[in-house]
Amino acid sequence: MKALPHLLKKEFRQIRRNKAMLPIIFIMPFVQLLILVNAADFEIRNIKIAFEDADRSMASQQLISRFTSSPYFNVQGTVNSAAEGLALLDRDKVTVVLRIPSGFERQLQSNHHTTLAVDINGIDGQAAGLSRAYVGSIIREFQSSIASRGQVSRGQGAPGIDERYWYNADLEYRNMMLPGLLVLLVTMVGLFLTSMNIVREIEMGTIEQINVTPIRKYEFIIGKLLPFWIIGLLELALGLSIGVLVYSIPIVGSVWILFLFAMLYLPAIMGMGLIVSSITKTQQQAMFVSWFLMVIFLLMSGLFTPIENMPKWAQAITLFNPSAYFIKVVRLVLLKGSSLWDVAHEFGVITIFSIVMTTIAVFAYKKRVA
Amino acid sequence: MDDFVIIANELTRKFGDFVAVDSVSFNVERGEIFGFLGANGAGKTTAMRMMCGLLMPTSGEIHVAGYNVKNESDAVKKSIGYMSQRFSLYNDLSVQENIDFYGGIYGLSRNSLKQRSQQLLDELDLHQDRNRLVADLPLGIKQRLAFSTALIHDPSIVFLDEPTSGVDPLTRRQFWEMIQSAAERGITVLITTHYLDEAEYCQRISIMVDGRLAAYDTPENIRGTFNAETMDEVFLKITRNSS
Repeated sequence: MKALPHLLKKEFRQIRRNKAMLPIIFIMPFVQLLILVNAADFEIRNIKIAFEDADRSMASQQLISRFTSSPYFNVQGTVNSAAEGLALLDRDKVTVVLRIPSGFERQLQSNHHTTLAVDINGIDGQAAGLSRAYVGSIIREFQSSIASRGQVSRGQGAPGIDERYWYNADLEYRNMMLPGLLVLLVTMVGLFLTSMNIVREIEMGTIEQINVTPIRKYEFIIGKLLPFWIIGLLELALGLSIGVLVYSIPIVGSVWILFLFAMLYLPAIMGMGLIVSSITKTQQQAMFVSWFLMVIFLLMSGLFTPIENMPKWAQAITLFNPSAYFIKVVRLVLLKGSSLWDVAHEFGVITIFSIVMTTIAVFAYKKRVA
Repeated sequence: MDDFVIIANELTRKFGDFVAVDSVSFNVERGEIFGFLGANGAGKTTAMRMMCGLLMPTSGEIHVAGYNVKNESDAVKKSIGYMSQRFSLYNDLSVQENIDFYGGIYGLSRNSLKQRSQQLLDELDLHQDRNRLVADLPLGIKQRLAFSTALIHDPSIVFLDEPTSGVDPLTRRQFWEMIQSAAERGITVLITTHYLDEAEYCQRISIMVDGRLAAYDTPENIRGTFNAETMDEVFLKITRNSS
């Protein structure tokens, strides 16, 4: 172990001088947390909407004015026919056209069943679904308001629902995205930087020189991984600080649980980085493979799409995704205040992952070098 | 036997079907400059990598500094220095940092490291440049620094894999002066090269062709055997025979 301090000193010096690595370490957290958290907002505002008002009545005007005053909609005007509305959709001028049939007011007053038609651009399924929900809720509000004014009876007497969301009361997307981005940050460091850093040594040829010295392979591996383990934890600290200072995300549970989890999570990811470096020859190749793995980890992690929505086989794959566990733990601890005991299962799984990955990685590396 | 620091016996290395080194046997004496000559791909580097413990022989025995490379590679590693074909210093570390790093991993004490590094900077006249990054040094100085660094732990044998390829004639000459002074201090030098004129600097040489030793003796005797004036001529005769 006498060589280890010298190896660490050298690694930190090299990291400090590496013009490609420093920005990844220090600028990436800010870019991701300051830009991505805001950009990756699933809420939609300013949905462009047009109306075809065939009724031209008080009631139809009241309905339209509700859209005009809503922050979610941006009224583009009225059209005279369904075809004209579709033409606007075609040219991407609007994403929603609401068609009010003639006789709308009369039917409302006589308490007859009435139907409104909504045309929605369905290219972005998620956005379309949200638009539909927003349109629906405005129409419902409109309906109940005229019912309470006694203009019409309350129809079939649909029960009102008083909704309350737990652990993220305002359904704030930031509170959901930020934990995921913290995981992304830690994973990037563990996977990209580790694999690139080891391959660099092979690419430069200095590995040959190292291999004729009495340095043991495990010393070399520890010397290569430990700096990024430390940097990974620093990134987590940096990310959490930005979360608190800039977004005032709630920290209900104990951050120490997160750090403890990250300490176990990083070896699993760095093990993968070491495997990547054992099967590649240049830094570019290592980057490509890391990127490929990274995309899979992210898409299968529940960060953007709930794991519960995936087909069974895909859900089975996520069981082998360490990032999925980390994201779950971060969300549970930050938003719900879960204790160490509550996430014991995730801790158990990640520990097994780390042991398995690092073992495979060390064998792969030894085979490659010997 | 005691005077032999390297003993290779029927050394063979195969890569799949390709036989890179084909039952080669030779001995190297203490304090000798021993040259490995041959065309590219003749097996020089493979042979050298086996002597350093970087590559395991497919069959055959090899002893370096009295240790069996197969199962005493740690002891071997402590007693050898190595300078690979590719540049072996860290370009993004300074001269002093490279010296400190290699000295450190060979376990030199703080004092002896200080002393060695002082001596090394003296020899290469690098005191003013000691905080410069190695990347910014001229190639010739880099090569000489790499050689000195390979000797930082006072190994008894040093392996040099084509150290002079790509440097200018003046640097090559300076480099050979360093090699000779190391040999005078009792360090055994094993060097591969494809510059045939460099053979004359070696006490004994071996010429490798297609993984086998085509010649193995002092340069003088080899010229005599092949009835040739220069090494170039020897080499032409050998390669003509083999094809």
